[in-house]
Amino acid sequence: MHKKTMEDYVPNVSKASGPGVDFSYVGIDAILEQMRRKAMKQGFELNIMVVGQSGLGKSTLMNTLFKSKVSRKSVQATAQEKIPKTIEIKSISHDIEEKGVRMKLTVIDTPGFGDQINNENCWRPIMKFINDQYEAYLQEEININRKKRIPDSRVHCCIYFIPPTGHCLRPLDVEFMRRLSKVVNIVPVIAKADTLTLEERDFFKKKIREELRANGIDVYPQKEFDEDAEDRMINEKIREMIPFAVVGSDQEYQVNGRRLLGRKTKWGTIEVENIAHCEFAYLRDLLIRTHMQNIKDITSSIHYEMYRVRRLNENNTVVAHANGMPEHHLESEEKFDSSCAASRF
Amino acid sequence: MEPTETDGGIMEQPKNLEGYVGFANLPNQIYRKSVKRGFEFTLMVVGESGLGKSTLINSLFLTDLYSPEYPGPSHRVEKTVTVEQSKVLVKEGGVQLLLTIVDTPGFGDTIDNSNCWQPIIDYIDNKFEGYLNAESRVNRRLMPDSRVQCCLYFITPSGHGLKPLDVEFMKRLHEKVNIIPLIAKADTMTPEECQLFKKQIMRGIQEHKIRIYQFPETDDEEEMKMVKRIKDRLPLAVIGSNTIIEVNGKRVRGRQYPWGVADVENGEHCDFTILRNMLIRTHMQDLKDVTNNVHYENYRSRKLAAVTYNGVDNNKSKGQLTKPETSDGMSPLAQMEEERRDHVSKMKKMEQEMEQVFEMKVKEKLQKLRDSEAELQRRQEQMKKNLEAQHRELEDRRRQHEEEKERWEAQQRILDQQKLDNSRTLEKNKKKKIF
Repeated sequence: MHKKTMEDYVPNVSKASGPGVDFSYVGIDAILEQMRRKAMKQGFELNIMVVGQSGLGKSTLMNTLFKSKVSRKSVQATAQEKIPKTIEIKSISHDIEEKGVRMKLTVIDTPGFGDQINNENCWRPIMKFINDQYEAYLQEEININRKKRIPDSRVHCCIYFIPPTGHCLRPLDVEFMRRLSKVVNIVPVIAKADTLTLEERDFFKKKIREELRANGIDVYPQKEFDEDAEDRMINEKIREMIPFAVVGSDQEYQVNGRRLLGRKTKWGTIEVENIAHCEFAYLRDLLIRTHMQNIKDITSSIHYEMYRVRRLNENNTVVAHANGMPEHHLESEEKFDSSCAASRF
Repeated sequence: MEPTETDGGIMEQPKNLEGYVGFANLPNQIYRKSVKRGFEFTLMVVGESGLGKSTLINSLFLTDLYSPEYPGPSHRVEKTVTVEQSKVLVKEGGVQLLLTIVDTPGFGDTIDNSNCWQPIIDYIDNKFEGYLNAESRVNRRLMPDSRVQCCLYFITPSGHGLKPLDVEFMKRLHEKVNIIPLIAKADTMTPEECQLFKKQIMRGIQEHKIRIYQFPETDDEEEMKMVKRIKDRLPLAVIGSNTIIEVNGKRVRGRQYPWGVADVENGEHCDFTILRNMLIRTHMQDLKDVTNNVHYENYRSRKLAAVTYNGVDNNKSKGQLTKPETSDGMSPLAQMEEERRDHVSKMKKMEQEMEQVFEMKVKEKLQKLRDSEAELQRRQEQMKKNLEAQHRELEDRRRQHEEEKERWEAQQRILDQQKLDNSRTLEKNKKKKIF
């Protein structure tokens, strides 16, 4: 008399699954592990642009965010900081690694923005830069022999620094954000927030939110790209807090026996990571810990696609002939591509 | 004692008096008269919006110049730079001060800030001119002095030095008014950052040869020490606040943060007390004197020299200036005539040029319109032709269809006829059969 096993009762079960194994487990969820391993091997790319007047603490904030000297000032040591006569765009790349995960971080700085007496069209060089990045990616994409992994230099996120006047947005801020919220994800922050008391901060934030709404400026996280109720809930909470009031610092001080990043003044020490003092921790969580992938997705599937559609429509014949394809084939290609891109990693 | 005399007849040695004459009482007389008359002071504040100018004014004079019922310029967004003045009468210890605050909302706030200093320059010149006219009048008993005696310029605490706008403004105004540069919202910076920033600003000021208000040299040791202390801390970094907070049982004016309280009157926290002492308690008279003796005189000599040299008054003055002397034997009227003629001819030339340009543009536009019209015509013709072709085609088909129908009907009729014939013959046969 042999021992009755599962196989006797259910003869259709393959012999591969041994006795005592839960045969209803297929192993689909192991794909998460495979993706993780692949992502770690490939590494990530992140391109952040910082825009704001000089002296608002942009470079310090970047250093604080990534806990290392990634800003332009730390890399190019200039003896004296001179305000450039025109806007320049400088990008610095770093390879940073944490727990086996590699990331290529590019910080794009815009010295000279808003510093001149006449700041008309100061957003033009920046828009041109962003569109150039999209263009470069597009050219790579429509190549006949294209690389397996196209190097992604598109600007994923643009952090806009609002000076802490405490009253309302300046015309320059409104103009800039209006034009750029259509091509890139904008995250507005209140710079040097240690100037404002808590009441002034709340008042200022409320004024800013009102003005953004009144001008129809959609900053990240955009309402229309919320995918489901859970997303909406999380994003609503974030939307109630923007713009984040941040303080940056790359110096450590001793506070209550611990060494913390902060700013020491005669009347107290401001701790950067203390959420009672400033909202830097929220910004860091948003940008890095929770929403980084979402930011990249929105850039590639929405902003980039909009650019692509616009470009391909205006240059329909040129592109078609370049690829040896007749025009009507191109139209169907587009639809196929956009659905492809939505699921692209 | 023999007085020694020089060539100019000036006494070199002060004379010692034998008894008490009493003119040592003169300062007291002046003092009493001044107190009765009261003082006037005009202060101008310039800076971008949101730098705390109104708060600072309220803190300096401990009044509510800008209150909830009369909100300050910070609560309005201005499209152009305007110059507004508000007067307040402050009394303290029997002395009254008529304080005029001149505010400049909209300065540096728009996207294009070129010439945002022009309204301010115009205002200051206007006040000087008003005083000049009042001075030249025959009856000058009541001479109100509304000249701007001091200008507080607020620098944004960027930590990077002077902005191009700051430099431009100060360069244009340092010869017209006493400029005192201040670092606004000084609680943004740590003490080290503040020191560095101050050095950068002073360096920038020297580089661009901007002449800010200089404290006068005195012989007094004590005063010199105090002045030196102020000079070391230029430009003054200030914080303003009118809210009172309890700190360690003491009530102080300050700003409350989650990490501490920034005390406005604490010399370690900011330079507000220095500013207040300097502006009100020690140097107010000196500011007025410098304005009167230096800036106003500059303006006056420039204006009068311009009038006498050209023989034409380029600045239309409403007052009664003395008849200017003419040089070159040209009467002022003739000069005016010539100028007017030049001006008119210039205008005519400009008008002609503009008309030419306009004509050219009109021609171009007409050409374009004609082209597009031709294009449209062509398209219309083509479409009409297409339409007609289609119409004809349809007509043909219809005709064909009609013909077919007719044929078919004819056939049907023949068939019908045949059927009828057949049925008749059948009947006939039937009948025959029956018979």
